[in-house]
Amino acid sequence: MDIGGINPAVLIASLMVASVPIILAAIGELVVEKAGVLNLGVEGMMIMGAITGFATAVATGNPYLGFLGGAIGGAGLSLVFGVLTQFLLANQVATGLALTLFGLGLSSLIGQGYVGIKPPLTENVPFGPLADIPFLGTVIFDHDWMVYVSIGVCAAVWAVLKYTRLGLILRAVGESHDAAHALGYKVVRIRMLAILFGGAMAGLGGAYISLIRVPQWTDGITAGAGWIALAIVVFASWKPWRVLLGAYLFGGITVLQLNLQAAGARIPVEYLSMSPYLITILVLVIMSSGKGKAALNAPAALGQNFHASR
Amino acid sequence: MLRLEKRPSPSAFWQWATPVLAVVLTMIAGGIMFALLGKNPVEAIRTIFWDPLFNEQFAAYSRPQLLVKAGPLILIAVGLSLGFRAGIWNIGAEGQYIMGALFGAGVGLALYPVETRWVFPLMVVAGIFGGWLWAMIPAILKTRFNTNEILVSLLLVYVAQNVLASMSLGLLRNPEGGGFPGSRNLGQIPAMANPELIPGTGMHWGVIAAFMVVIAAYILLQRHILGFQIKLAGQAPRAARFAGVNPQRLVLLCMGISGALAGAAGLFEVTGPSGQISIDFNVGYGFTAIIVAFLGRLNPIGILLAGLLMALTYIGGELASFMLGLPAAAIQAFQGMLLFFLLAVDLLTNFRIRFGTRKEAL
Repeated sequence: MDIGGINPAVLIASLMVASVPIILAAIGELVVEKAGVLNLGVEGMMIMGAITGFATAVATGNPYLGFLGGAIGGAGLSLVFGVLTQFLLANQVATGLALTLFGLGLSSLIGQGYVGIKPPLTENVPFGPLADIPFLGTVIFDHDWMVYVSIGVCAAVWAVLKYTRLGLILRAVGESHDAAHALGYKVVRIRMLAILFGGAMAGLGGAYISLIRVPQWTDGITAGAGWIALAIVVFASWKPWRVLLGAYLFGGITVLQLNLQAAGARIPVEYLSMSPYLITILVLVIMSSGKGKAALNAPAALGQNFHASR
Repeated sequence: MLRLEKRPSPSAFWQWATPVLAVVLTMIAGGIMFALLGKNPVEAIRTIFWDPLFNEQFAAYSRPQLLVKAGPLILIAVGLSLGFRAGIWNIGAEGQYIMGALFGAGVGLALYPVETRWVFPLMVVAGIFGGWLWAMIPAILKTRFNTNEILVSLLLVYVAQNVLASMSLGLLRNPEGGGFPGSRNLGQIPAMANPELIPGTGMHWGVIAAFMVVIAAYILLQRHILGFQIKLAGQAPRAARFAGVNPQRLVLLCMGISGALAGAAGLFEVTGPSGQISIDFNVGYGFTAIIVAFLGRLNPIGILLAGLLMALTYIGGELASFMLGLPAAAIQAFQGMLLFFLLAVDLLTNFRIRFGTRKEAL
C-alpha cells in the first residue's frame, strides 16, 4: 500500500520518531513556562544534551547512560540560566539567547573528537508478536524506549499539573509570584526546580537526536529544533496533550518533506527543507490570531523576574 | 547573609563599569577553559587580545581586519539595540543579513555587465530593502496577529539559509564558474565592488556606514522624540501608551530599522570582504551582534567600542587557532560566556548588595 512511493505505516512510524526530541524539549519548556519563566535557551540546552549524551554513550558503550548524560548536560546548562535569572535577576530573554549562543559554541568544542564516530545502538522495545500485526505493529509496537518515554512524560506532566498539589503550586507561582510568595511558597526554589526539569528534558531530546535520530555527531545538529519546541508550547496554548499533537504535526511535516526529497519530488530540496519552519510560523500566526484565546492561556507572570522586596 | 536592595535609580558608575568587569571575568573564566584544553591560558589570552594589535609580526594584517569585522557587527547591533530598548526582540538579524546580501547581489548581477558607478548605490538600496522586507514579516505578524516576534524572526533565519542555498546553487550561480556553487565574484567587478577605501586600514563603505549609523542613533536617542518614545516604551509600557506612543508603529519602525541595517551589512559584506554569494558566506554576525548590543549597554557609543572588542576576539581567535591550535569553537564559547558574565554583573547596576540582616525602614 504505497502512495506516491511513500508507505503510510512507515511514514507514521517515522514521524513518531522524528517528533520525540521536540516533544521532550517542548514538555520541559511547558513546565518552565507554567512556573512563569521564559527560557529561550532550549536550542542551547538541546545541543549540549546532544553532545554530552553522545560522549557518555560512546565512553560507556551504553545508550541509556548516554540519555542520562544528555539530561545532565541539559540540566547543567539550565542551572546557569537559573542562577542568572533567579538569583542575579538577569533579563530572561537575553539570558536565554546567551544560553543558545554559548551552548552552540561549547557543544562544538566538546564534539571535536566525536565527528564520524557511530554511537552504540539503542534497541527497540521487544513487543514480540505484537510487532508483527500489520500496520499497527509498524506504527505502534516497533520503536525504541524513548518514543514511549516521551508520551509517558507528557501524560505525567498533564496529570501532575491538573491533579496534584505540586501542580497547583507550580501554576500559582507562574500566575502571580507575589501572591504565591505571600502564601509562603518558595518562588525561587520552585522556579529553579522547574528550570532544571526543563533543561533535563531538553537535554534528553538533544541526546535522542544524536543517539537515535541521526545517529552521529555534527556541529549544529539540532538545527533549530529547540526553537520549534518553543513555538510548539505556544501552539499548544500551554496544554500538555496539545504539545504531543503539535509535535506529531511538526514531525509529520519533517518526515513528509524528507520522504519527498528521497522520492525525488520536483520541488527543489531547499524549499522542502524550509517547509517545517514556514509551517511552524504559519501555525504560530493562526494560534495567536484566534481572538487572543491562546494568549489568555499564557501564565500571567511569564518572563517576569521575582525579587522579594517584602 | 547577603541581601539585594533595589537602587532608587540605576548606578551611573556601574553602568559603565559592568562591561569592563564582565570582560575581565570572561578573560579569567576563558583562561580556565583554555587551560582545560591544555593551552597556556596567559599565552592564549595574550594572543587573542594583545597580539592582533601590537605584535609586530601580525599587526600589519590584523589591524585592518579589526574594522572589517567590527563594521557589520556595529551596523547590526545599533539597529538591534533600538528594538531591545523598546522591548521588541528582533533576533533574526542573521536572516535579514542574508536576505540583504541576496537582494543587493541579485540586483547587481541582473545588471551585469553594466559598468556605471550607479550600480553599487543601487545594490546598497536593494540590500537595505531586502533586510527591511525580511524584518517586516515578523513585524507585521506581530502588529496584525500579535504573533511572537522572537520566534518568527528566529525561524526565518533557517528559511533565509535555505533560500541562500537555493540561490547560490541556482539562480545566482556564476554561469562561468564551472558548475561550482556560488555567484560571480562581486569584489572583482569594479561597478559592484566595495573596496578598501584607504589602503591598510580595512575601511570600506560598510565601516563608514557603521560610523554614520552610530552618530545617527546617538542623536535619535538623545535628541529626537522617537528616541524618547523608544526608551519610554521599554521602561514603562503603560506610561508610554498614556503619553501617546503608538506601540504598533514602534514595532514596525524598530524591526524595520534593524532589518534594514542588517541587510545593508550583508550587502557590504558580500560585495567586499566575502566577495561572493556562497552557501556559507554568512558567519553568524547577526547572532554575535546580539552580544555586541548588550555589551555596549544598548548605547550607540558603547556598541561602537563593544563591536571593536568583539571583532578583536574574532581576529584573535583566528590567530590563536593558527598559532596555538586553539579550536575555533572555543572562541564562540568564549563570546557566549562574555554575555553570561555581562548579564550577571548587570545586577550591580540596579541593586546594592548588603551584608547582614535587614534594618527596618523608616
